[in-house]
Amino acid sequence: MSLIVAENVSKDYQVVATRVSKEYQTGEIVVRALRDVSFEIQPASFVSFVGPSGSGKTTLLNLIGCLDKPTEGKLTVVGTDVLKLDRHESARFRGEHLGFIFQDFNLIPVLTVFENIEYPLIIVKNTPAAERKKRVMAVLEAVGMADQKDKYPDQISGGQKQRVAVARALVSDPKLILADEPTANLDSKTAYTIINLMKKMRDELKSTFIFSTHDQRIVGEAEIIYSLSDGELVDKQVKGGKQNG
Amino acid sequence: MGNLFKIAVRNLFRYKRRTLLTVSLIAIGVIFVLGYVSIAGSFKNMMIGQITDSMIGHLQVHRKGYVASIENLPLNMNLKSPAFKKLEGILNQQPEIEAYSPRIKFGGMFSTFVETTNIRLNGVYPEKEIKTIPLLPSRIAEGDKTLKKGEILIPELLARGMKVKIGDMIVIVATNQDGSVNGKQFKVAGILESATGPGGRDGYVHIEDAMEVLRMEEFEISEVAIRLKEFGQVEAFTRKLDHLLSGEVNKQGKPVFEVHSWQQLSPFYNIARMIDMMTIFIQLMLIAVVLISIMNVMIMAVYERIREIGTIAAIGTLPTKIRSMFILEGLCLGVIGAMIGNIVGAVIIFILNVSGWVTFDFGRQKGLVLSPTLDPMNMLVISAIVIIVSVAASLQPALKASRMEPIKALRHV
Repeated sequence: MSLIVAENVSKDYQVVATRVSKEYQTGEIVVRALRDVSFEIQPASFVSFVGPSGSGKTTLLNLIGCLDKPTEGKLTVVGTDVLKLDRHESARFRGEHLGFIFQDFNLIPVLTVFENIEYPLIIVKNTPAAERKKRVMAVLEAVGMADQKDKYPDQISGGQKQRVAVARALVSDPKLILADEPTANLDSKTAYTIINLMKKMRDELKSTFIFSTHDQRIVGEAEIIYSLSDGELVDKQVKGGKQNG
Repeated sequence: MGNLFKIAVRNLFRYKRRTLLTVSLIAIGVIFVLGYVSIAGSFKNMMIGQITDSMIGHLQVHRKGYVASIENLPLNMNLKSPAFKKLEGILNQQPEIEAYSPRIKFGGMFSTFVETTNIRLNGVYPEKEIKTIPLLPSRIAEGDKTLKKGEILIPELLARGMKVKIGDMIVIVATNQDGSVNGKQFKVAGILESATGPGGRDGYVHIEDAMEVLRMEEFEISEVAIRLKEFGQVEAFTRKLDHLLSGEVNKQGKPVFEVHSWQQLSPFYNIARMIDMMTIFIQLMLIAVVLISIMNVMIMAVYERIREIGTIAAIGTLPTKIRSMFILEGLCLGVIGAMIGNIVGAVIIFILNVSGWVTFDFGRQKGLVLSPTLDPMNMLVISAIVIIVSVAASLQPALKASRMEPIKALRHV
């Protein structure tokens, strides 16, 4: 499969959004979840989208994650114009380039910790068994869950589940990791641990982390913070400086 | 595929009780179908065996037109000596044939000197007849298991009604081809148990005695009953023999012989066909049971795992793999159900076979013991039906799962 590489987009950016809008039809009412949002994200960034509920954070992450498509505008992710991908190409693209961390962890209950992390390598990437084992053990060590590898998700705590989810997102070595409210179901201490783990992984693997949150405890942990309000990008803060969106 | 299979099996263990119930339902369906097929099949085979091995033989050859008037036992439709010799020449060359027996069939009066009644008789060569219909000796309830010249084997109903015993002398009076009447004295050598089907209440005399009673100057016969080495070859050999004999024509250019298999001669064939039809209906019921139970389970499985489907789709699982995952679950249910059903069914049928519990009455035959046997082909066909239907039943839920939009599935509560 050849992915459609966007024209005139610098390879220096992992994500380029140009006047992206998203509308939903709910019955007869049209809801504009995003309005003319434009931004760029560089590789190995640690970025958060913040804002109150309904501000469009999740919608934006879904668009970047190729789970949904913009109604208007242009969106390039890892050099690919995602608007041109069909259903199968989107799935393949996600498996190839993206990692996901969910608010509710979304681990597969019938698989052990090891198998949950191994899943993308088996089902998505068809990685050979020996290589799989090596990579899974490496990320398990990195997230500090090696000793829990044979447990099932219902046998570990919420924080541990999210560590496993981080490991699963990282195991296939994606360029971009998307986390939608990754700390919403965790206590403060665990939330910090998870964010710091994500940051550590970014430093080690040079992957780009983008997460959405309205959790004031961890907002400041991001290096670039985009603020959303009513579907519009209203502010951009860069650690050490501030830049209006 | 191995990993998808592992996940499918794990998912089945997620809801153990539901999986157990579904597998049990399929297994019970398989057990009932196997039980029905083996018992009905054994009944059918037993009855076919009774009919072919104690009266009809596997197939018969007559003079053309004889079977249409067989109820009258027309002596003028007998095969004359030259025709029989030709037929014998052809039959002797057929490797499929185990034995054949020429018969003279005729009707006559049975007299005890006190009372008189009707009787239908077969004039036979006893040794040839026993080779062709090997159950004949077992039907001789009283008396010697042989038949000599001057002796007669009579059906038990006649013996009872006419109060005839072994060793009694009786007279057979028959109308000959020319319309004259002749009689001959016989000694009752045996009493035959009745058998269901055409010829089941006929008596037997030696063929030379029959010729004497009927004042036949030359050898002629009414029919030739044939037994094949392999019962399964009946239809093919009937066609072959019919083809071989079709070249034999009379002076008018019309065929001399007609060949009929037991199916064409016995009304039991229709019962056998009904049993086959009922087997098909029972299999259709099994299909319905498997289809409904697996579809129900798989629809529930998809509904319960919508968020999970969203997750695996989001992390890049292709729709085809999601589809395979659910189809494999259905397949596993079917395979496990079929395996358990086959094992338990085989054990039950073995027990029934050894115990001899299944008895039945058929016509005047009482307490026939059925020996249900399992044909491996039946087990294979039933298992294949279950497995194919399981996959078919999983298709719709699997397609639904694979077509889910990940974003909607992830939002599902």
